Amino acid sequence: MSIFLDENSKVIVQGLTGSEGMKHATKMVASGTNIVGGVNARKAGTSVEITGRDVPVFGAVEEAMKETGADVSVLFVPPKFAKDAAVEAIDAGIGLAVVITEGIPMHDSAWFWAHACANGNRTRIIGPNCPGIISPGKSNAGIIPANISGAGKMGLVSKSGTLTYQMMYELRDIGFSSAIGIGGDPIIGTTHIDALEAFEADPETEAIVMIGEIGGDAEERAADYVKANVTKPVVGYVAGFTAPEGKTMGHAGAIVSGSAGTAQAKKEALEAAGVKVGKTPTETADLARSLVNRG
Amino acid sequence: MDLYEYQAKDLFAAHGVPVLPGRTVDTASEAERAAQEIGTAVVVKAQVKTGGRGKAGGVKLAETPAEAKEKAEAILGLDIKGHIVHRVLVTEASDIAQEYYFSFLLDRSNRTFLAMCSAEGGMEIEELAVERPEALARVPIDPIAGVDRAKADEIVKQGNLPAEVADEAAQVIVKLWDTFVGEDATLVEVNPLVRDPQDRVVALDGKVTLDENADFRHEAHSELVDERSQNPLEAKAKEKGLNYVKLEGGQVGIIGNGAGLVMSTLDVVAYAGEQHGGMKPANFLDIGGGASAEVMAAGLDVILGDEDVKSVFVNVFGGITACDAVANGIVEALKILGDNATKQLVVRLDGNNVDEGRRILAEANHPLVTVVDTMDDAAAKAAELAAGA
Repeated sequence: MSIFLDENSKVIVQGLTGSEGMKHATKMVASGTNIVGGVNARKAGTSVEITGRDVPVFGAVEEAMKETGADVSVLFVPPKFAKDAAVEAIDAGIGLAVVITEGIPMHDSAWFWAHACANGNRTRIIGPNCPGIISPGKSNAGIIPANISGAGKMGLVSKSGTLTYQMMYELRDIGFSSAIGIGGDPIIGTTHIDALEAFEADPETEAIVMIGEIGGDAEERAADYVKANVTKPVVGYVAGFTAPEGKTMGHAGAIVSGSAGTAQAKKEALEAAGVKVGKTPTETADLARSLVNRG
Repeated sequence: MDLYEYQAKDLFAAHGVPVLPGRTVDTASEAERAAQEIGTAVVVKAQVKTGGRGKAGGVKLAETPAEAKEKAEAILGLDIKGHIVHRVLVTEASDIAQEYYFSFLLDRSNRTFLAMCSAEGGMEIEELAVERPEALARVPIDPIAGVDRAKADEIVKQGNLPAEVADEAAQVIVKLWDTFVGEDATLVEVNPLVRDPQDRVVALDGKVTLDENADFRHEAHSELVDERSQNPLEAKAKEKGLNYVKLEGGQVGIIGNGAGLVMSTLDVVAYAGEQHGGMKPANFLDIGGGASAEVMAAGLDVILGDEDVKSVFVNVFGGITACDAVANGIVEALKILGDNATKQLVVRLDGNNVDEGRRILAEANHPLVTVVDTMDDAAAKAAELAAGA
């Protein structure tokens, strides 16, 4: 098992015909993803060749789903058009929409998230501004390099892309059921809590690594959730102890406002919930390694 | 991007929110002329992007133009929480009957917008929220439905604004919503929103934060950038398209890829620095996905221009980025910078094409470059070099 994405996932790419879309679709196919189509209204009816195979381009998500049975969409759409693309995926009712796009205006993300809620959250959204999700050996929806780590019993959820890669690398001796980068924007679809809930229910996952960063209170809420609902061991890491107040650290959501959103507060909340928190990514990986049964 | 009060009020005025007439000036004599033109008693207000201006002596009443000049002289050049005052707003002094608080902002926890409204304005809202939370109404706003007149009436009611101003306050709130959405703001705050003796409602102050991700649909927003308020290194980095934040009191320059990894690198350096004379990170610099020679050279150029920096730590995990490209970038950057590169560089590479990357650096064998295999060891080495420099 794995979470949100498995070997049966049929994936379409919105923005397939763009350079980013083609580059990453090619990598996804190479890592075993079943890409069944692309979406571009202006290139409907054409096809693109990915590693020797013709992949059809449809005019709309709904049509692509009808023709191919797709249940996952990965969005490589420029920020200007991302809101409309996300709304299209939501309206079509696709099960999972992974929004890779960085730099989407906050009002646009707020709008399509509200739209998803109004539609009864039939579509799980991951991102925006995220590397996506990989279930190693099964499927890869996004830009996480598949060669960092293979399959295993660790679950990973992280706000940061490169820290996702770093942690997968540190724990490549154990491997991952799924690793998911949820993104560093102020408004994101899938949260730490959603991932924790899914990992808790996934029989293949034995332990969970949770990576957070400054800004907002998602880590504090996740800590409460762990305490009340998670029986599997959870290890945490929080980035941004040295970040000054009022400065955005790269990710739009990574900002300490007044006394809110500090790394220290997040660490304390996690530790109060029984989550061991590492001082560095390597120390965090060592803590996680000590918690899984390697036999 | 945070705006100055006068910029926020210009946006308010453009969306029909009532503000008092005023002028922004850079000198005391201009302040005198502005007061003359306004023709009433005026308030001279420091334009800095921080709160607590009044307490710091940055807001003063002036009855006459001569007094306005005097007050402006006192305010210009003030240091308010590290912000130097370069400009003052000279505005009509108003008769205030009551002060209210109002804002639109993002409620991250609930992933929606929030209106906050209180009949007790003027004081710092964080204090009000702690001391009298019941006096601060928090009304969730659906981003799709927005704020129409009926929603504005509801906000006014929950905020307990008096009946005499309810109608006008609701009109103002609808226009503030137009500002929030129309300008792609992430924060619109009016504190105080005042009632004058004629029961008119006026935005006496304004705080607006704009979303830079939405710049593509707001050409005019680029004119609101004030280079003088930027750290010169930050301005230089921005010009080169780099994501850079200067940190005060640090000695180890940092370059990395990806916001999370760079933030983590700063922490790991500070942690390692505890064993090396208290060395701390001097900056945040994310070179993002493409680590070409040009980007690496631009990054190193900015960091080496920082006099506080004693050593540099380049920390890259190659996901999409290939380590050989990063290594070539470092070698090329050092060639471009030539004699301007004077500080020790500690480089840690991992991930995509790491062996080739390390081979390139070993072959180049640059006297300033030390390659260390792990992030923790590299941070310790960088801190050690900074402490010894």
